[in-house]
Amino acid sequence: MINVSELTKRYARTTAVDRISFSVEKGQIVGFLGPNGAGKTTTMRMLTCFLPPSAGTATVAGFDVLKKPLEVKKRIGYLPETPPIYPEMATAEYLKFVGRLKGLSGADLTKRIDYVCERCAIADVKHKVLGKLSRGYRQRVGLAQAIVHNPDVLILDEPTAGLDPKQINETRDLIKSLAGDHTIILSTHILPEVEQTCQQVIIINQGKLVATDSVRNLQARARGAESVLVEVAGRTGGLEPTTVQQKLEQVSGVSSVSCRQQIDSRAIFEVESQKGGLVRGDLARAIVESGWDLNELRPASMSLEEVFLQLTGSEAAENAATGGQA
Amino acid sequence: MRNVLIICQKELRSYFASPVAYVLLSFWALIFGYFFWSELGMFVKYSMEVQMSGQSYPLNINEQVIRGLLQNMAVIGLFFLPMITMRLFAEETRSGTIELLATSPIRDWEIIIGKWMAAVALYICMLLITVVHLLFVFKYGNPDWKPVVIAYLGLLLEASAMLAIGTFISSLTKNQIIAGAVTFAVLILLWVFAWVSSYDNSTWARVLSYMSLTTHSESFMRGVVDSKDGIYYATLIFLGLFFTARSMESLRWRS
Repeated sequence: MINVSELTKRYARTTAVDRISFSVEKGQIVGFLGPNGAGKTTTMRMLTCFLPPSAGTATVAGFDVLKKPLEVKKRIGYLPETPPIYPEMATAEYLKFVGRLKGLSGADLTKRIDYVCERCAIADVKHKVLGKLSRGYRQRVGLAQAIVHNPDVLILDEPTAGLDPKQINETRDLIKSLAGDHTIILSTHILPEVEQTCQQVIIINQGKLVATDSVRNLQARARGAESVLVEVAGRTGGLEPTTVQQKLEQVSGVSSVSCRQQIDSRAIFEVESQKGGLVRGDLARAIVESGWDLNELRPASMSLEEVFLQLTGSEAAENAATGGQA
Repeated sequence: MRNVLIICQKELRSYFASPVAYVLLSFWALIFGYFFWSELGMFVKYSMEVQMSGQSYPLNINEQVIRGLLQNMAVIGLFFLPMITMRLFAEETRSGTIELLATSPIRDWEIIIGKWMAAVALYICMLLITVVHLLFVFKYGNPDWKPVVIAYLGLLLEASAMLAIGTFISSLTKNQIIAGAVTFAVLILLWVFAWVSSYDNSTWARVLSYMSLTTHSESFMRGVVDSKDGIYYATLIFLGLFFTARSMESLRWRS
């Protein structure tokens, strides 16, 4: 449905998007993931024909964004980061305007407006002025606007940004329910969002494509090697970390042990096991049998977040991760 | 054409859904009402003087009331027109709604012409207010209607050209105030360019004076249609809208 190859956007001094290639199948939900300023919005704007690419090609539903922009625009519904609403218009009036702009008219238009109002749960504010609506409602009106002409492709730029947790969940459910009818690309810097809503992830950082894979594969990649955090305490005061480390390394299945932290007679180790190895029981036994106390033993299994950090591996990524928790 | 009308309708709706149109129209009506009242008062006083002195000076309501009135209105228009166009594009770029328009299956020129047409339509509303006043002159006097119609045509053409310039300037900035102020400055300059012809006759002075809006409104005001002036206004409208299109395009390359 969407084919992007070597897509590039250069500005005077910076390259916002650098030779990105990917493709999206019909009916899929694809998460476009990256820290702020990674080039997500720029890429989306090129797909929606808002910005012309500097190099490379992108086709939507078989139409090139540069050569056949009108055909592409007919097939795309786009929700920019801030919903593009006119504050002085009422909801129904606004949807009517957008619908006509997208080529609908007459009974068709009325039917679609009723349908999207119900679908996006905005029927109760149909005759309210948009400027007076809450953030959550505006976002839903924005979504309704994007689907009013029943487009093949939906492009949503940070659809959950600025919503409260309840609204975020509702929006996610709504987006999920829209898949199937529409091919959806949504951008986000929030990882759990991708885990929950998307089937495929495209990770970009500093304008470059970092990874493109299915969510399941990425999670599998994350859980390939198990790592365990162990906190050990010496019973009689003193504890020699190196001895503990040696002891732990002898446990079968353990590939590496490193001392993370030592406070008085306690020490925390990170133990990495080989793929598929279940070493937690053996570790516990080894520690207790050596006469130490086992204070804590927990899996430090990697979440998507850490895969993301690994892949993007920069400060920017850390910012994104903390942003995701906010 | 359908798309042009959709945009035009939406723009008109937002003029009339916000106080913009009402404020402009009511103050325009107030100012025109005052001008009408005082011009007519002066004319009445003058005609009584003429009668009392027993002399037969020529009295012409077309020349002495209507023409002056409409010329004054053209000047007042200078102040009002920037306020009509300043929001056209500046507001859309600021609020991000331009992204909606630019990603809809509609061509740039359809957006531009639609918006400009809405501005012209609002100006026509302003003209209609003045027509109501003049109807009284026609009821109680007997002015010649042909020069009046031509003067209105001139006003409309002139304003359309000015609105096209304003539309272009609005597409250059996100800030409505800047758009309004710059439009005002440009229109004033175009207005007074003609002054150079009064003290200088060199080529550049003649070019400058030809570029001036006032040079071309005179004959219309006298009730004469000069194709040269029509072409001047048409060129200005075309250039204004053409540069708006270029500016919209560059917006995409820049942003």
